[in-house]
Amino acid sequence: MNETAPIRRTSALPESGDLHSDGVGATASDATAADGAYNFAFLDEQTKRMIRRALLKAVAIPGYQVPFASREMPMPYGWGTGGVQVTAAIIGPEDILKVIDQGADDTTNAVSIRQFFVRTTGVETTTETGDATIIQTRHRVPEQPLQEDQILVYQVPIPEPLRFLEPRETETRTMHALRDYGLMHVKLYEDIAKHGHIATTYAYPVLVNGHYVMDPSPTPKFDNPKMHEMAALQLFGAGREKRIYAIPPHTKVKSLDFEDHPFEVQRWSSCCALCGATDSFLDEIVTDDRGGRMFVCSDTHYCETRRAAGHVGLAAAQGAEP
Amino acid sequence: MYVAVKGGEKAIAGAHALLAKARRGDRALPELSLEQIAEQLGLAVDRVMTEGSLYDRRAAALAIKQARGDLIEAIFLLRAYRTTRPRFGNSLPLDTAEMRTERRISATFKDLPGGQVLGPTFDYTHRLLDFGLAEAEPAQGADSPALPVEGSESQDGPEAMPRVVDLLDHDGLIEREAPADEESVGDLTREPLAFPAERDLRLQNLARGDEGFLLGLAYSTQRGYGRTHPFAGEIRFGTVSVELVPEELGFAIEIGEIAVTECQMVNQFKGSAKEPPQFTRGYGLTFGHCERKAMAMALVDRSLRCRELGEPVEAPCQDEEFVLSHSDNVQATGFVEHLKLPHYVDFQSELELVRKMRASHERNRADSSD
Repeated sequence: MNETAPIRRTSALPESGDLHSDGVGATASDATAADGAYNFAFLDEQTKRMIRRALLKAVAIPGYQVPFASREMPMPYGWGTGGVQVTAAIIGPEDILKVIDQGADDTTNAVSIRQFFVRTTGVETTTETGDATIIQTRHRVPEQPLQEDQILVYQVPIPEPLRFLEPRETETRTMHALRDYGLMHVKLYEDIAKHGHIATTYAYPVLVNGHYVMDPSPTPKFDNPKMHEMAALQLFGAGREKRIYAIPPHTKVKSLDFEDHPFEVQRWSSCCALCGATDSFLDEIVTDDRGGRMFVCSDTHYCETRRAAGHVGLAAAQGAEP
Repeated sequence: MYVAVKGGEKAIAGAHALLAKARRGDRALPELSLEQIAEQLGLAVDRVMTEGSLYDRRAAALAIKQARGDLIEAIFLLRAYRTTRPRFGNSLPLDTAEMRTERRISATFKDLPGGQVLGPTFDYTHRLLDFGLAEAEPAQGADSPALPVEGSESQDGPEAMPRVVDLLDHDGLIEREAPADEESVGDLTREPLAFPAERDLRLQNLARGDEGFLLGLAYSTQRGYGRTHPFAGEIRFGTVSVELVPEELGFAIEIGEIAVTECQMVNQFKGSAKEPPQFTRGYGLTFGHCERKAMAMALVDRSLRCRELGEPVEAPCQDEEFVLSHSDNVQATGFVEHLKLPHYVDFQSELELVRKMRASHERNRADSSD
């Protein structure tokens, strides 16, 4: 986490944002990149320090939800304010940022968050998974394995894995403290009794470092094994719920299961129609109103890289390029 | 073919352009000025300042203009702006007994020191659409005579207007409001809210909370879901001065005046093992003139004091976690509306699961019919 330590740019105080001066403030229209109206990465340095403290605590207690004084951000709650604050607290001018949503760099919200950081920091951005020093993500872990000099920042809507079993924060905090996860195991057992398998496909709960049960954010369970012993630092930010948690590099992350019903990930009967990948998470694309379907990689960078390397899927072979 | 997620950047730019166009509307009509919004849509400005928790009429008017009159969007804009403002320090507690009141009513006493002052209120208007207002009146210069207003305070000079609860307090009929240690007043925008929450943070949360949400909750207490037997002890609206003690001076200076609405509810309390029967309080305070909000806030505040007063927690309005976690409309609208964001991968996972379950359902049915 060498990016976080020094504050490399000090505050350019938002003097020009003063509404009572003639300019009526810095509105969305005057897009001066890394604009002087706001501090580097939007947040003031005090706030960044507060978030970094929470991050350090989170790294020290893997999987533990650290309360933090989440700020009101200029994008809506539930749209990545937690991830944005974490990224804002760790980003430096030399960082290279990648932002994905559903695995793709060009989904609208990923574009919007990337533009926010371009505007407030002026940092370089990339779609190359391997080139990024910070990757902010919603709902996916990139297919390409991450390295030790990378940080993966997750946007988290509901950080509490026990929330839908027990709505009260006072209760769930006690349950975590006592490692009282009986309720969760009963839920998974009931799934098996009812359906013959565990009927949770995303936000599948994991046990981190043998202690805390953690919500991996609504990533598909397909991505859970990637979190285990990952070389990169994984940071989770939940803005509306005001929680930060983390998985340090090379930490054990175990998806909850039973000996006779071991955890398993989704499998597809088809491969990616564009690049032919058989090992990636596939999105289903409806191609017509007569039941036509095709499956393509959700991770757009992974798919593009494979195609550039000459891999060809069925649809691409038939000339149905995107 | 596969185009769904491509071109996000262009699409966003296009959407912004359309939004700007829709906001402006018909260009043959003059554009709204911030002054017009602040002067003529003053109650909207008051609400946005209250729930945006920033006292700045001009910024609130700008937010309303930018949000095309969507007040929750305007509150959101003001909150995001507020985040970036530096903090100079804490003001001294407002002294609302010293308020220059424009309105002051009590439902508990027919007459009282300072009298009942109706002020600018919708209360006794007949809600008949006034078609006369449809025609714009010609603008008047500053020198033209103002509308004659009778009975305003200017005629006999301001009379002292003690707060109704202080009158009751004098007789020992209402609970004492122990002033909390001033240093320890919390701020939920700087520290995350933890449960159980104390009254300072509850009040801050309610003051920022959505008017409609609090109104519904307050209404529910009147219909039997956690009844509190309330009386509107006093509602007052006017301006109070804000004082600050700068560290380098060591004494208080006035830094400005703000308009506030204060509501003190007086509630029946049968007494407990420790406390004699007496009246209890619910408190509401807003920026500007937000009377409905202040009253709803006072009712909800009283309901949330059930733990402290030893009352059973039975109704939604008494449930601190339920109320405080869901009162903020910026949080609520963000999370509800985030369902607009793509959920392709989660839905894909669910699709796969439903197909698997349907397949096993079919198999079971085939097996049992054999």
